[in-house]
Amino acid sequence: MTGRRKKEIRFSRLYSFSCFRSSSRDEHSQIGQKGYSRVVYCNDPDSAEQIALRYRRNYVSTTKYNALNFFPKSLFEQFRRVANIYFLVVACVSFSPLAPYSASSILGPLFLVIGATMAKEALEDWRRMKQDVEANNRKVKVYDRNHKFQDTRWKKLRVGDLVKVHKDEYFPADLLLLSSSYDDGICYVETTNLDGETNLKVKHALDFTSSLHEDNSFQQFKAVIKCEDPNDDLYTFVGTLYYDGQQYPISLQQLLLRDSKLRNTEHVYGVVVFTGHETKVMQNATDPPSKRSKIERKMDKIIYILFSVLISVSFIGSFFFGINTEKDIDRDRNVKRWYLRPDRTTVFYDPDRSALAALFHFLTGLLLYGYLIPISLYVSIELVKVLQSVFINQDPDMYYEETDRPAHARTSNLNEELGQVDTILSDKTGTLTCNSMDFVKCSVAGVAYGRGMTEVERALAKRKGDVVAHDDGNTSADLQGKSIKGFNFNDDRIMNGQWVNEPNADTIQNFFRVLALCHTAIPEVNQETGEIAYEAESPDEAAFVIAARELGFEFFKRTQTSISLHEIDHTSGRKIDRSFTLLHVLEFSSARKRMSVIVENDENQLLLLCKGADSVMFERLSNDAQDFEAITMDHIKRYSEAGLRTLVVAYRGISKEEFRSWEEEFMKAQTSVSADRDALVEAAADKIEKDLILLGATAVEDKLQKGVPECINKLENAGIKIWVITGDKMETAINIGYACSLLRDDMKKIVITLDSPEINDLEKRGEKKAVAKASSASIANQIREGKLQLSSCEGNSISFGLIIDGKSLSYALSKNQEDSFLDLAINCASVICCRSTPKQKALVTRLVKKGRGRTTLAIGDGANDVGMLQEADIGVGISGVEGMQAAMSSDFSIAQFRFLERLLLVHGHWCYRRISMMICYFFYKNIAFGFTLFWFEAHASFSGQPAYNDWYMSFYNVFFTSLPVIALGVFDQDVSARFCLKYPMLYQEGVQDVLFSWPRIIGWMLNGVISSMIIFFFTTNSVLHQSFRKDGQVVDFEVLGVMMYTCIIWTVNCQMAVSINYFTWIQHFFIWGSIAFWYAFLVIYGAISPTTSTTAYQVLVEACAPSPFYWLGTLVVVLSSLLPYFLYRAFQTEFNPMIHDVIQRRRLSSSELETSRDLSKKTGYSVIIFKI
Amino acid sequence: MNSGTPSSSAGAPGSAESAAPRRNSKRPKYSRFTQQELPACKPILTPKWVISAFLLVSVVFIPIGVVSLFASRDVVEIIDRYETECIPLDSRNNKTGFMWSNADKTCNRIITVTKHMKQPIYVYYQLDNFYQNHRRYVKSRSDQQLRNPGNERDISTCSPEDTTPEGLPIVPCGLIAWSMFNDTYSLSRNNQQLGINKRGISWQSDRDRKFGKGVFPKNFQNGTAPGGAKLNESIPLSEQEDLIVWMRTAALPTFRKLYGKIEVDLQAGDVINVTLQNNYNTYNFNGKKKLVLSTTSWLGGKNDFMGIAYLTVGGLCFCLAMGFMLIYLIKPRQLGDPSYLSWNRNPGGH
Repeated sequence: MTGRRKKEIRFSRLYSFSCFRSSSRDEHSQIGQKGYSRVVYCNDPDSAEQIALRYRRNYVSTTKYNALNFFPKSLFEQFRRVANIYFLVVACVSFSPLAPYSASSILGPLFLVIGATMAKEALEDWRRMKQDVEANNRKVKVYDRNHKFQDTRWKKLRVGDLVKVHKDEYFPADLLLLSSSYDDGICYVETTNLDGETNLKVKHALDFTSSLHEDNSFQQFKAVIKCEDPNDDLYTFVGTLYYDGQQYPISLQQLLLRDSKLRNTEHVYGVVVFTGHETKVMQNATDPPSKRSKIERKMDKIIYILFSVLISVSFIGSFFFGINTEKDIDRDRNVKRWYLRPDRTTVFYDPDRSALAALFHFLTGLLLYGYLIPISLYVSIELVKVLQSVFINQDPDMYYEETDRPAHARTSNLNEELGQVDTILSDKTGTLTCNSMDFVKCSVAGVAYGRGMTEVERALAKRKGDVVAHDDGNTSADLQGKSIKGFNFNDDRIMNGQWVNEPNADTIQNFFRVLALCHTAIPEVNQETGEIAYEAESPDEAAFVIAARELGFEFFKRTQTSISLHEIDHTSGRKIDRSFTLLHVLEFSSARKRMSVIVENDENQLLLLCKGADSVMFERLSNDAQDFEAITMDHIKRYSEAGLRTLVVAYRGISKEEFRSWEEEFMKAQTSVSADRDALVEAAADKIEKDLILLGATAVEDKLQKGVPECINKLENAGIKIWVITGDKMETAINIGYACSLLRDDMKKIVITLDSPEINDLEKRGEKKAVAKASSASIANQIREGKLQLSSCEGNSISFGLIIDGKSLSYALSKNQEDSFLDLAINCASVICCRSTPKQKALVTRLVKKGRGRTTLAIGDGANDVGMLQEADIGVGISGVEGMQAAMSSDFSIAQFRFLERLLLVHGHWCYRRISMMICYFFYKNIAFGFTLFWFEAHASFSGQPAYNDWYMSFYNVFFTSLPVIALGVFDQDVSARFCLKYPMLYQEGVQDVLFSWPRIIGWMLNGVISSMIIFFFTTNSVLHQSFRKDGQVVDFEVLGVMMYTCIIWTVNCQMAVSINYFTWIQHFFIWGSIAFWYAFLVIYGAISPTTSTTAYQVLVEACAPSPFYWLGTLVVVLSSLLPYFLYRAFQTEFNPMIHDVIQRRRLSSSELETSRDLSKKTGYSVIIFKI
Repeated sequence: MNSGTPSSSAGAPGSAESAAPRRNSKRPKYSRFTQQELPACKPILTPKWVISAFLLVSVVFIPIGVVSLFASRDVVEIIDRYETECIPLDSRNNKTGFMWSNADKTCNRIITVTKHMKQPIYVYYQLDNFYQNHRRYVKSRSDQQLRNPGNERDISTCSPEDTTPEGLPIVPCGLIAWSMFNDTYSLSRNNQQLGINKRGISWQSDRDRKFGKGVFPKNFQNGTAPGGAKLNESIPLSEQEDLIVWMRTAALPTFRKLYGKIEVDLQAGDVINVTLQNNYNTYNFNGKKKLVLSTTSWLGGKNDFMGIAYLTVGGLCFCLAMGFMLIYLIKPRQLGDPSYLSWNRNPGGH
């Protein structure tokens, strides 16, 4: 094979004109200047000059911390949170005599909480480090001093090293391609890891280096590269190679980027140019924008409220403390409370400086009532969210078998936001559809082939009321025995070689030849089975090549200069090999909307084969019109109505002279160095792509993903608005809209488009300003009309669908119209934006997000959706056919659109509910506790004496109440997953934010205050001053503290038990375990020497436990403080139930019905089951 | 792919696509835990449930209320407030001055027993408006010093009652000990002395562990300002039960502390003569002083609050149960009324 290749002419430079793009001379002239100062001594990394440059080795580290800076850096991260700073200040002040409790009791929990968060950081970082170690220790062959290629670890690679990379290996650093196993020095790379594109890209070595084929040909090779400094632009590279006194410009075409993969090439040789963190991919590694959920932002506000409560409570305390202290010595210097020795005192209690004392006391108060701020809130929420993400990741119902991909929560910040989505903005291709194109129909020479029925057609038929046989489309596949991916075509007239009997056999042959030749796909022959698979740039292209193969035009080999087919000769019926010399490829671009190849066939005829969008193709057809042009147009229209993607196929013969003169002109355009080079090249290409002869049209189906209509229906029932933003044609988009039940027959359509004759006229005349003005006016008008339509139908149960195309969208999104557009759009049940650009996708997302102030979710699969995903409140990536880029920049990735239903309705709803309940409860429990301190202080002449032992208090947030609340955050569910899906309207609880509304938050806080009052006043009044035991002992400071604290522990934990809906053994264990732990703690702590345990010494065992009064008191206090909430809930579920209450009741009654049905089955009675 | 292997393609025809086990490597394992389908109890607030919960509470609470109210009523309590009465009439304008003077502070009080009091009868003194829970006061003690004779210099927390002016450490130091209550009572019935047993009025653990057997009072009340009681320097702290009781600070500004126990029954109509030394100065801060004789029940002393609380909560729950029952009987709502589940807020949609 190699031998034959050598004889072939090097056409690689003609392979595509993209190879000329990035090397314009003005950039090369900058070499050596600022920004272009890198010098690489090829194959000579040990030279003194290279070492003097001190470029970094190829070691990479993506970790946030290292062993040295972990502590300072992660601590700094921790204390960026307001609440944590407060606790740090508290910890510092606690060493002064101001502190109402001992320093260790405040430092303990702070260390624990900070430590837990830091441990989490460390764990995450350790995982990253493991990945780094794996990458750093991969092996690559490096040319050593003994002129041999030796295995070396990636991290040891230096700039200037010569490496050899084999097929399917990753490049260890950014390399300059010297030569490859191909003679002409090309190689194929896959850049999925970089940009998500799955197609193979071609790289070319410089001419003079591409001859270095053997391992030993590098003995004498020494060259110097001067090039640009490391930067993050994946699409530019400028440099110069100095070899033998010659200068050679080098560009991106010679650069092999780290983390891309060598494909279809046995091996390449390259020189390391950028290493480690200087490689383009590492320079590109930036953190995705961090998003915070609405709830968390609201939580911050609550924290601020609590801070102000804290300050005001402290202020009240210090005010009265000041007054009380002032009074201790009256005007006649009489000492009042002599037992406090106000005559010999410190500044903190000095009656003569009572204002100062009050000021200091204010600080004490800030410390004392710090319990109003839940120290463990942040860390608990983080922990809970991580566990929630585990549930999302581990859900087998969101696992997609075909691609082996489970759902993945890439960030755990937004779990609860999933339960609040108001608008979904969805991409179409690859998101709603599979993005695996199936060749279903074609029209050749005016005859429509292909009998299969598309899903859209079926939906259309259904709308019209036709009865559709369900297995219509599947029978064809069944008949064939097995279905072929990308091919769903069935027509006996042309399949199995029957096309030769068709009247237009020649045209058919040409048609499929074009499909087999006009592409950039690369065949991969399976050595064992002989089957051929194709690596194509897009699924459309693959579908064409596959279709050609299935109809007897099997493309099996591509060299740089030729394309070979197995073809069935239509006269003899034998299989023959046919080879075409490839002269030129005019690549596809979204501006050109077509692609052409120029080939030379066996008979030395030059042919231009072209395929492209109908909008550009029909105007390039030759003037002597084909008789079937109109029919083909009609077919195309029908195809696109059926939701198919269409392309027109045409060809023309070229004379050699024409080609030669054109080629010259084209090369000139390509090598020209001027700003409008692209335009020149395009114009040159235009010159040959004309006078085409129409062959026919293809129709490719992009199938809807499984379950999409049902999922959309469910989401709409949940009250979620769905906008589809697609690049497709309006007809296609509308029909897909019908197919996936976004649009329904009973809907009125409002179409906003600029496709009106006047504007087209103006456009033709090229008056840009006039066009813009007219367009803008027209859009404004259409929006106004739409609104009128809406308002006229108000009250009727007619829903509207808004369809707008990309051009109109650009006007509708302008500053002065966006409000009215949004106004119109949000009143429509569904919105479809077609022909929109990636930027418009992001703009629409922003408009919806800002304009509505509600939560938006964007879902997409391609690189063009990245902007939209990052702009939306939540970005969901579909890890599908178009690579991983969308998934990489998303917050959640799922494999199929239909999993969105479960992600939102089940996980989203649960997470929202859990987090909001958890936060409310957190504030409740801390307020309940904090205010008992205040009530007590009020009875201790506001002196700042806490009612409890220091360690009871510091363990409050950490041990006695934290685990149940975490269990709530992780496990609670109001209704099971099945009911979440059965009653999608439950989701509105999140959208309308009923569980985290201000009344509810304030209600919980008030509940906390009430609980604290009940606990304090019931306890103090019941013990007043009488003895609390048979032996005449009275309640002292220690016992009262224990009694109140016991009541608090019971109350907050039972409050939890009353408010959750879901008791598994976990909840039981945590709730009752926390209470039991309090008693255990008292026993253990009370058994320690009294100098340590101070007021807790033996307090339970000796004083409280033997007293029936203590236990009876606990019972009545706890029940009384639970009563307000219980009563509220009892009234609410009875008179104003929330949606989940109703569903819970239904579940109960339906389970009763089910049991009765089971009974009736046994007894033979029949019961009609009432179903929704 | 590996359709040739019999194991993978033996079974169902549809398995050809999904058979290869390697491809399913990322499939999450199903478990009831990760699917959040653990067996669970899901309580729902149905009317039945609410009514029975309220009824249960009232059924439990009302008897407890009644029993504890009875217990409280059984207790006989005699309170004698004496802080004003025990100042001679001519000194009542300047009570503080009287207290500072060296005049005889003996005072006689007569208490009539209204009801039979069964022994043991507890004698308490009650102080009012006395902030033993003041932060400065609470902290002003040294547990180390009280416990260990070697730690007598452990007085950092005791300021200003830490050392004598000469710099000798005070044992026991601090404001609490310094301000110890020093009124004394002696009771007699029919001119017969009623013994007040002062043993065992403190907590066992305090005597054993918090107050050392080898710690004797030193330099106590030798400072410039006289405080409260003086201590016998030859008795170790662990046996100074009055001090131990006083050192257990009270939680609230009104408190009682045990003075002793009378271990004979008192009959109704008995007249008890109390001879007390009115030494303790509560006049500066307008504090009341009371002498209390009280029996105890199984629930402790006399306080109706607990019984009333139980009865109130129980009664309230009973009323609520009845109320809910009425609502339920008059206007029964269908369980899970489906009309609540329709989604009508979508404009124009249905």
